[in-house]
Amino acid sequence: MKTGIKLSLSGRIGAVMIGAFFFIGIFGPWLAPYDPTAVDLDARFLQPSADHWFGTDMNGVDTLSQLLWGARSALTISMVVVAITSVVGVAVGTIAGWFRGAVDEVLMRIVDVLMAFPGILLNIAVVATVARPGLGVMIAALCINGWVGYARVTRGEVLALREREYVSAAVAIGASHVRIMIRHLVPNILGPAFVQMAFAFGSVIMIEATLSFLGLGPQLGYTWGAMLDQGTTFLWRPGFTHYTLLPGLAVMWVVLGANLLSDGLRDRFDPRHRGRQ
Amino acid sequence: MSIGSFLLRRLGSGALAILGVSILVFAFLHLVPGDPVDHLLGGEATADQRKKMEHCMGLDLPAHEQFIRFLGHVADGSLGVQCPDPKGKPTVASRILEVFPYTIELAFAGMLVAVLLALPLGVIAAIRRGTWVDTMATATSLSVIGMPMMLLAPVLLLVFFIWLGWSPGPTETGFGSIVLPAIAVGVHLMAMLARMTRSSMIEVLNEDYVRTARAKGLPEHRVLIGHALRNALLPVITVAGLQFGSLLSGAIVIEKVFARPGLGLTLLEAISERNYSVVQGTVLVIAVIYVVVNTLVDLAYGFADPRIRRG
Repeated sequence: MKTGIKLSLSGRIGAVMIGAFFFIGIFGPWLAPYDPTAVDLDARFLQPSADHWFGTDMNGVDTLSQLLWGARSALTISMVVVAITSVVGVAVGTIAGWFRGAVDEVLMRIVDVLMAFPGILLNIAVVATVARPGLGVMIAALCINGWVGYARVTRGEVLALREREYVSAAVAIGASHVRIMIRHLVPNILGPAFVQMAFAFGSVIMIEATLSFLGLGPQLGYTWGAMLDQGTTFLWRPGFTHYTLLPGLAVMWVVLGANLLSDGLRDRFDPRHRGRQ
Repeated sequence: MSIGSFLLRRLGSGALAILGVSILVFAFLHLVPGDPVDHLLGGEATADQRKKMEHCMGLDLPAHEQFIRFLGHVADGSLGVQCPDPKGKPTVASRILEVFPYTIELAFAGMLVAVLLALPLGVIAAIRRGTWVDTMATATSLSVIGMPMMLLAPVLLLVFFIWLGWSPGPTETGFGSIVLPAIAVGVHLMAMLARMTRSSMIEVLNEDYVRTARAKGLPEHRVLIGHALRNALLPVITVAGLQFGSLLSGAIVIEKVFARPGLGLTLLEAISERNYSVVQGTVLVIAVIYVVVNTLVDLAYGFADPRIRRG
């Protein structure tokens, strides 16, 4: 039997795109030629040149350096959010599916309410509670409803798994609830969880950029969303078009890569989807 | 399940969702770190000013009475009073009503754009399945789904207003002014619907009744439109309906880019004014529309297709 994950072509393209984003997010700031916050009012709105490959912005900050640091901040936020929400969501879903009854009913009604209206409204409401949201508030805002997708999918998987014989066997030999959930249930639902994590990675970056674009993000000039905001403000300015395009395409790159990777993983983990393309 | 109990269950979960949203929206003000009155008035406010503001916001009442007061404002349709009263509009509802038609107009126009573009794209991709046309349509849909609205909207504005001068610019009014925002807000949904139309059409084209229609010697366009598309449309219309709410939240970005009045822009203004009652009211209105539309779509689908009721 072959081990390792064999992905479809599009899945592999997605993996490479996400890999490139990780590389830039991790090493980008060291490659950045300038400080992404260094204001130089004599060098405002410079055109691309050998000194500034992508020119400078309204404060004379180097655009390339902003993009590279923006990748770092997008990567940090999405990694933390995906880590927290996936653990919480899988835990909630496992508990609901395993215990069923009242526990399940309460947890799933909470999920229903959070899924009943557009998530970004809730994210906005959370960041709007503070005058100057920092990274922490942004992460909290994205986590507050980020876990529900995992919870719903995990619960469904667990409801099916709990009827399996190896689970009945574990119950029969007196394994504790915690042991059954951690040793027998969770390892078998990791596949669907990975599919969701890959997809969530893209959507978290999209929401984060949207919030920053709306002026509700961390007060950093170099997040991709903040760059898009500035680019839109100065849209009429000739020769400044690239300042909107670059961060926009960066967000699109990550979202597209995440979606392709997620589709590829779903085909890999879920036999029902295999060969249906 | 009978129609009656299906109806009750679906309405019940809709009502529960609205109650949940109201609690969340109410709790929001109490999540504000520090004192909301400080945020509004700054540090130098006199005790008298603070007391007035606290009274206006109802913060001098115990929490449960505040919640009852909040529900009362929802019930009487005023959605509360604006405490800093910036535009001489005392109630939150009056401020929201003023911009409400703009957002609804944008959402409907966006829906129209999405459906008009998605159907031909999806049908062509399904008929020419596996050819380069299909591949192109799929690639287009995927890239559009990945494209942030914050990129699409400025690019539309740049090309059609600044470069070509074909479209009216932001803040202008008149019929033409809605075209670009409608495309920007609808194009995401278009991509989703095109993919749905494609897969739904492919499924239907394999059905026996399509083969029968062809065997009868009907012209191909009548087979495709009269027999196949009509049956393929049901799931597409459902998704379109369920996504109506996403057009409302998508409008926040679009309204900002095009400087177009609407619920989204009002929400952003209220946030920067620290006008919490308006923030609460706007979020509540958008959420309630979303829940109501989704419930109606579900109900309609349940009536149209009895299999759903059993689920």
